[in-house]
Amino acid sequence: METTITQDIHRSKSLSDFIQKVELTNFQPLFSEQKRTNSFKLLSQLQFPTTKDEAWKYTRLGKISSGNYQLQEGTKESIISELIENLEGTILVFVNGKYAIELSKIHPEVGVSISPIHRVDKAWLEENTSIGKNQEELFLLLNDYFAQDGVAIEIEKNTQSTQTVQVLNYITENNSLVATRNAIVIKEGASIELVMSYYAENETSSFSSHITEITIENNANFTLHKIQNENSANLTIATEEIKQGKDSTITLHTYTLNGGLVRNNVYANVNGQNSESNLYGIYLLNEKQHVDNHTTIDHQVAHCLSNELYKGVLSDQSTGVFNGKVFVRKDAQKINAFQSNANVLLSDLASMNSKPELEIYADDVKCSHGSTTGQIDEEAIFYLRARGISEKNAKLLMIDAFIGEVIEKNTNSLVKDKIYSLLQNKQEQL
Amino acid sequence: MIKINDLHASIDGKEILKGLNLEVKAGEVHAIMGPNGAGKSTLASVLAGREEYEITSGSVDFDGKDLLEMSTEDRAREGLFLAFQYPVEIPGVSNINFLRTALNEIREYKGEEQISAKDFMSMVREKSKIVELDAKLASRSVNEGFSGGEKKRNEIFQMAMLDPKLSILDETDSGLDIDALRIVANGVNTLKSSNNATIVITHYQRLLDYIVPDFVHVLYNGRIVKTGPKELALELEEKGYDWIKAEFA
Ligand SMILES: Nc1ncnc2c1ncn2[C@@H]1O[C@H](COP(=O)(O)OP(=O)(O)OP(=O)(O)O)[C@@H](O)[C@H]1O
Ligand SMILES: [Mg+2]
Repeated sequence: METTITQDIHRSKSLSDFIQKVELTNFQPLFSEQKRTNSFKLLSQLQFPTTKDEAWKYTRLGKISSGNYQLQEGTKESIISELIENLEGTILVFVNGKYAIELSKIHPEVGVSISPIHRVDKAWLEENTSIGKNQEELFLLLNDYFAQDGVAIEIEKNTQSTQTVQVLNYITENNSLVATRNAIVIKEGASIELVMSYYAENETSSFSSHITEITIENNANFTLHKIQNENSANLTIATEEIKQGKDSTITLHTYTLNGGLVRNNVYANVNGQNSESNLYGIYLLNEKQHVDNHTTIDHQVAHCLSNELYKGVLSDQSTGVFNGKVFVRKDAQKINAFQSNANVLLSDLASMNSKPELEIYADDVKCSHGSTTGQIDEEAIFYLRARGISEKNAKLLMIDAFIGEVIEKNTNSLVKDKIYSLLQNKQEQL
Repeated sequence: MIKINDLHASIDGKEILKGLNLEVKAGEVHAIMGPNGAGKSTLASVLAGREEYEITSGSVDFDGKDLLEMSTEDRAREGLFLAFQYPVEIPGVSNINFLRTALNEIREYKGEEQISAKDFMSMVREKSKIVELDAKLASRSVNEGFSGGEKKRNEIFQMAMLDPKLSILDETDSGLDIDALRIVANGVNTLKSSNNATIVITHYQRLLDYIVPDFVHVLYNGRIVKTGPKELALELEEKGYDWIKAEFA
């Protein structure tokens, strides 16, 4: 008898059961029936990874797999207060994963096409999604299955866009399952900046899957500012899949200020010479929040530069993971790859797992990596207090200084101001 | 201004201050000398409120208030200033930003208005002149990459900005070249008034040629064992500490 029960529990973790449990209210799938059937077939043979899987060693998915989710609708006028003011550009708002036309605003610009992805033609969708190497990854398949909308951007050749696009994702309902799929194509010599932000109503719970697929053609330039500021019952698995042509630049800023479980996967496929990949991230965690940044930079060709700088501040019982893979393939000579992850633990109960993984098969390369996890410098705190600064403010000054190094990498002052103002709230909780 | 009475302090179970008495009045300059390890920096740390030290007995009255009951920041806000023997480097925290925060917290504590950005900057310009601190240093991260001498000047610059009642200078002269020594000493003298007081901890009588003390104390084995006029420093320079050690061993 007992074995049967165990088996049942076990089986309930299989992906087909998980999928069938989801309540599909007014479901308008993005992808074709054929693609989704195929994804479902593959998913039925998969189970949620456990901590035995190397890639998920420090991130437990039990909270996601055991949840009961629902596709939700809803809207709320006040959402737009989360937008960055004075930032000129198109605004697309998605509420519980669905496009909110009444809250969105297209800013027309020659050479720039932006729309909710459910509106693009099937050929474009097919060409610019599922661009990664591994098409059988569980969370990709889940996204294929559940995605309803997202943003599609195409910047025409040699168009230097002057706007900063804002895509705001907001969760208003409890038990929401949200799956968004974004596809961004920056054609040769073109450039644009995009802010993707994620917020949730207080006391809502959710599981979100966000996949953003980015193609940066030769000599093109793309900056993505990702602001994650949900709540402790919002669980997120997010992926940026990046393909870079020659002489191209990607800069990805990831600001994780709040969330129950946040996993960020970044894959940068660098397949053009003289390109540059910049990944900058901060995470500030309290309570039992868990943030996991997994990055992969794959240098396939010579003469490229990558910079990675992630910094975290962890208090209470929060946990963090950083895993930074850098591949330098056989003929990829003259690569400069720099990676650094630094963490400050504000409590004895907080913990951090940081692991750089360099795999270098070329001989003429310059790679460096560093990983540090420590406490706040008590000598410095004493020094500041001895000048009349309260203990709390001394700590804040130190934290600001620590993560300020990462924020200052951002050259968009309006985005930077927004981050600093969000940080003020967050720091009160640390 | 400050009255230290029979102060005993220990760290990690080891008693360092063993019944120390000292009184400093407004307008006075006191020098404390003494062999390495005597407890001079310990005294400075205990007065500034370093929490690692356990005060086992004694009292410290600071302008009518019980100093030992106050937090480190409140002591600073009440007008106690310690120029550190080893100033701490704080990467990423700008000198300016840190000083403005400090100044405003002190003002808030006293119920005064916040200083405007404009007034603050002109104050920075004025005060950095006192110790001839390069204006560029004022805007860099606190002590980061400063030379030993620059760090010491920065301490006195901060003292000038915060205008304390009682300043304790812990070996501010060490590591200074001859010109810098004169500059720093001039700075301290400029800041001197009949309302404030200074305790200078030093090993070298040379500093006392510039900052002339009203009293010289010898701290040995956790206690002030000798007090004299400024000439006592000359005597120590000449004879060393052996005669004192012999007397109080
Ligand atoms: N954590 C500790 N545990 C034990 N002893 C300590 C500790 N910290 C300091 N001491 C001791 O306290 C004594 C006094 O040190 P202090 O730094 O006050 O000396 P000082 O008079 O300032 O010397 P110097 O002239 O070298 O600066 C020294 O013997 C030192 O070793
Ligand atoms: Mg000392």
